[in-house]
Amino acid sequence: MPPLLQAEGITVAFGGRRALDRVSLTAEAGRVTGLIGPNGAGKSTLFDTVSGLRRPQAGRVRLDGRDITREGPARRARRGLSRTFQHLELFGRLSVRDNLLVAAELGPRRRHAARTADEVMDRLGLADTAEAPADALPTGIARLVEVGRALVQDPRLLLLDEPAAGQDAEETERFADLLRSLAAEGTAVVLVEHDMSLVMAVCDDVYVLDLGQVVACGPPAEIQQNETVLAAYLGEP
Amino acid sequence: MDQFLAFTVVGLSTAAIYAVIGSGLVLTHTTAGVFNFAHGAAGMLAAFAYWQLAVGWGWPVPAALAVVLLVLAPAFGLFVERVLMRPVQALGEAERLVMTVALLAGCIALARWVWDPDTPRPLSPFLAGERAVRLGPAVVTWHQVITMATALAIAVGLWSLLHRTRAGTEMRACVDDRALAVLTGADPLRAGRLAWVLGIQLAAVGGILIAPTVALDAQQLSLLIVSAYTAAVFGRLRSLPLTFLGAVVVGLLEAYLAGYLPQNDYLPGLRLAAPALLLFLALLAFPHHRLRGRDRTVVRVPLPGRRGSLVLAGCVLALALFLVSVLTEDQVISYGTLFSLGVVALSYVPLAGYAGQVSLCQLSIAGIGAAVWGHLGAHGELWALPVAVLVAAAVGALVALPALRLSGIYLALGTVAFATVLDRWIFTLPAFDVLGVHIALFDQGSVSVTGPDLFGLHLTSPAELLVLAAVCLAVTSVAVAGLRRGRHGRRLIALRDSEAAYATLGGRLLVAKVAVFALSAGIAGLGGALYGMQLQTVTADQFGLVAGLPVFLIAVVGGLGSVGTGLFTGLAYVVPTQLLDGLGPWAQNLSALLIALAGMGFAHSPSGVIARLRTDWAPLGRDRPLLTALLGALAGCWALAALVPDGGPPAVAAALLAAVTLRGRAAARAAAPAGIPPEWWGLRRPWRPEDGEVLSRATAAAG
Repeated sequence: MPPLLQAEGITVAFGGRRALDRVSLTAEAGRVTGLIGPNGAGKSTLFDTVSGLRRPQAGRVRLDGRDITREGPARRARRGLSRTFQHLELFGRLSVRDNLLVAAELGPRRRHAARTADEVMDRLGLADTAEAPADALPTGIARLVEVGRALVQDPRLLLLDEPAAGQDAEETERFADLLRSLAAEGTAVVLVEHDMSLVMAVCDDVYVLDLGQVVACGPPAEIQQNETVLAAYLGEP
Repeated sequence: MDQFLAFTVVGLSTAAIYAVIGSGLVLTHTTAGVFNFAHGAAGMLAAFAYWQLAVGWGWPVPAALAVVLLVLAPAFGLFVERVLMRPVQALGEAERLVMTVALLAGCIALARWVWDPDTPRPLSPFLAGERAVRLGPAVVTWHQVITMATALAIAVGLWSLLHRTRAGTEMRACVDDRALAVLTGADPLRAGRLAWVLGIQLAAVGGILIAPTVALDAQQLSLLIVSAYTAAVFGRLRSLPLTFLGAVVVGLLEAYLAGYLPQNDYLPGLRLAAPALLLFLALLAFPHHRLRGRDRTVVRVPLPGRRGSLVLAGCVLALALFLVSVLTEDQVISYGTLFSLGVVALSYVPLAGYAGQVSLCQLSIAGIGAAVWGHLGAHGELWALPVAVLVAAAVGALVALPALRLSGIYLALGTVAFATVLDRWIFTLPAFDVLGVHIALFDQGSVSVTGPDLFGLHLTSPAELLVLAAVCLAVTSVAVAGLRRGRHGRRLIALRDSEAAYATLGGRLLVAKVAVFALSAGIAGLGGALYGMQLQTVTADQFGLVAGLPVFLIAVVGGLGSVGTGLFTGLAYVVPTQLLDGLGPWAQNLSALLIALAGMGFAHSPSGVIARLRTDWAPLGRDRPLLTALLGALAGCWALAALVPDGGPPAVAAALLAAVTLRGRAAARAAAPAGIPPEWWGLRRPWRPEDGEVLSRATAAAG
């Protein structure tokens, strides 16, 4: 059985600069895959490519073995791919509940959209802010709303781009539990995050990107000892 | 060959003017970040001012040129930059767009107000008495020589300014990165000011050079800018060399079409519409941008309740009944169009208010609705009304094509191009057949429009048509409010807030955008058909791009997201226009000028007047005793107006006085001191929505 997500040899160039250079990554159902790297490494560009917002110059994206490289973002979403954004992309004029409702009404549980939205709000502890306008939320809560908006779609593959930014230690711990439970339910989670303690605590595999290339991949413990990774983050000694 | 050369010379001369105007447009857009829709109108005002000085007052040409180009144009540029644009600079693109559209409408209205449009004002070309120059077989007039030489000099001058001077370096730095430029000592305000002055000067040069070759007409001169828009779009609104190249393409295209297009009834309009058509196609071919993220400014879209929208519908119907019971037949004809124009304005609400898609061609689409109804419903056949709505909706879906790739000013430009193609070509066509379908719009003239047959009644009197239009406005308002409350309304707002997020959640952008454009165009088509019925005879001019600008601006002033915008726009457009027209010929174009000024004044507050009115009048709506008193007073005023001869104006004045007084009283009661014990809440002062929660908390705390 192939991994749920297979990104193979993805190359994306902006003008003459290669943001992604033959990047390959896989994510399996029931596992949390970390994607780390310094700013500008190409993590969000890879998410854009996988979710269909950006066409790669080379490479293939497969979901459950099916080549989806030429499909648009909406079709990929209907195949079970959901994501959040590094720069918040909430529907700011709508309330928290309406944000989730829009997503639920576009997802597979559209017939029970209201119930689904309420369930996810309860699960994420968003019930108290249900009627608040989304653009008035603190960053931590806003990121959680983006996660909730992705979750109401019952995704098979969930791409989370810095979801824990703006959260305190307790909230991050709760978020780690959420990621574990999602994986336990069979969701493939790909996590971009700068909070290394969270990444190391919840990820089963970690990919390290630097200057558009995968410089290492493996279990968290192995990555922590990898000299190339240390050099990418801390610079050459 | 001689003919070809002659057309080439004419084309290059025209291209030189477009290049001059287009380069001013690009300069302002790149340096100040504003796409100036009024750029052509500034050139038009300069041409009129030049005519006034050189011809009207007989000043020597050099003196007139010097005053216009070195005094008036820079002063106008500084005024626009300092008074109009700087306050909206920090706001979103939509606010800047509204400001320049208001400026466009204002310049046209001002020119028409100052210079009577019915008086011809011929303007001689430069050195008209001199012998033309012969370049081989081609004859080049001195005006053409001067035009081309001016364009070349401006090209060289602009290049030198931008690359050889400190001011030019500062301007280029601000284009590349405004924030970084500030850190290195550049002054974006100074660069912007210089760009506005130079931009308006270039527009003035273009306006003065082109005026002798066309009639000195405010609208026509202002809309010549469409050709310059096309040139600027060739330059992606950034590149001056490509803008010059685009100008050459447009100028030559116009000249060759004039020379070689076959002579028949169908094609002359194509020559006039060619630059707009080219602009539309160029925008479609524009490189595809990544899906748009969030807006810079977030304007709330009100969520109308069921009760509120029913109250609005009731007010519309009550107003209609009031008008037909107190106005004379002539007055009903004059004021009755407020409801049909209200329907047209309401079409902006789902499109611009909910989905954030700017369209400047809604009145043009309304014209299609009017023409289709005029032809198919010539004997009042009711089935023709939904057909008119569907045809308008289909045209709206066509306009959605550029919306799939474009947003903001580019989309607005696309709709301007579309409206211009309709104005200059499609609306001027005689009837024709396509695949066996007979298509007739304005048939090179006017179209008679009648009312529909409804339940065995043929609605023809102005009063009947007024009530019909009011019923349609009421029903459409309730439907648009229902749309906002439902999932489709949520999706439109989601689409507006983040196309990227909407798409990655599985939303189909194509379906959503085509649907909202079609829905909005269908509403506009309905409004157009009703407007036509009330006017009885319609012409293409009544549905032109410029005629639609005041409707758009008032809708903006009202608030594009508010359902009440339909009624508000109808009232604010028709009532002042009728009242001012009654003051005499001097006030004829004053209402358009006032509307433009209102648009400039309210460009800063995109949430609109209606939101403020709702807040101000809410206390009266909640205060049952005072509300009952108001309804009683209104009924009394109605009776006074209906029963007493000439009692209409005093009744309206009394009704307004009563409403304002009671609103003030209600506001005072709502803000009464908090010393009233809870058991008296709702009796000694009106019950407030938050009172229930306050009592619950107090009870829980006591428990």
